[in-house]
Amino acid sequence: MQKKILLISRRAPYGNSTAREALDTALAASVYDQDISVLFMDDGVFQLLKNQHSQLIDQKNIASTIPALPLYGIENIYVHQNSMDERAISIEELVLDEIKMLNDDDVKHLLNQQDHLLSF
Amino acid sequence: MIFSLAVYSAPYSSQASYSAYQFALALLNQGHSLHRIFFYQDGVHNATNLAAPPQDEFNLQQSWQALAKQHNLDLVVCIAAGLRRGILDSGEANRYDKHSHNIAEEFTISGLGQLIEATVASDRLISFGN
Repeated sequence: MQKKILLISRRAPYGNSTAREALDTALAASVYDQDISVLFMDDGVFQLLKNQHSQLIDQKNIASTIPALPLYGIENIYVHQNSMDERAISIEELVLDEIKMLNDDDVKHLLNQQDHLLSF
Repeated sequence: MIFSLAVYSAPYSSQASYSAYQFALALLNQGHSLHRIFFYQDGVHNATNLAAPPQDEFNLQQSWQALAKQHNLDLVVCIAAGLRRGILDSGEANRYDKHSHNIAEEFTISGLGQLIEATVASDRLISFGN
């Protein structure tokens, strides 16, 4: 039976490996033929910014991997609107064009729909 | 009920893996089944056989091994996270031309897909740490 799994990514892209390892988990999940969604919230929204120069701190650019998610069959990619607002980030600054904005109630509804949550 | 556990933090630095161990004990004592414990991120350090804590402190690595033996548990370490942090089995040590390996008995190295498989196969996935 196919399960609904939501991966929640809440950490900034650099500073520790959590954002990178969350993304690896999403990519690994894509091959299991489950109903996978990804939600970026809190500092996780920083991962989506264009123009990251991570080579200056000897790290791979996480924003170059995120656009691969739809290519791996993960179409449901969500961003928490309030997290964006609190950090003064607008949708034009994001690397993804096809991204769904969710308010607090939408997030609550999304979480309630899932069989499993993977929170990073 | 079928459980799987995900452990994301290193032993000693964080309480998370000790809590995971106690949760595993509790669920097994209550008659539930434990499909897999998956060690990811800094949680891979749970699998080293080189930790030598003082004798008057709880030895988590040994305790995982004893529990796994007793209940025939599947303790899986993420290969990519392990390689980055220096947790290797003999096969990986050979592949990367390293002079030693350090994965404790009862632990196996496998892909991140095993976390997803565990999620799909279990009624509950409980995450510890990070």
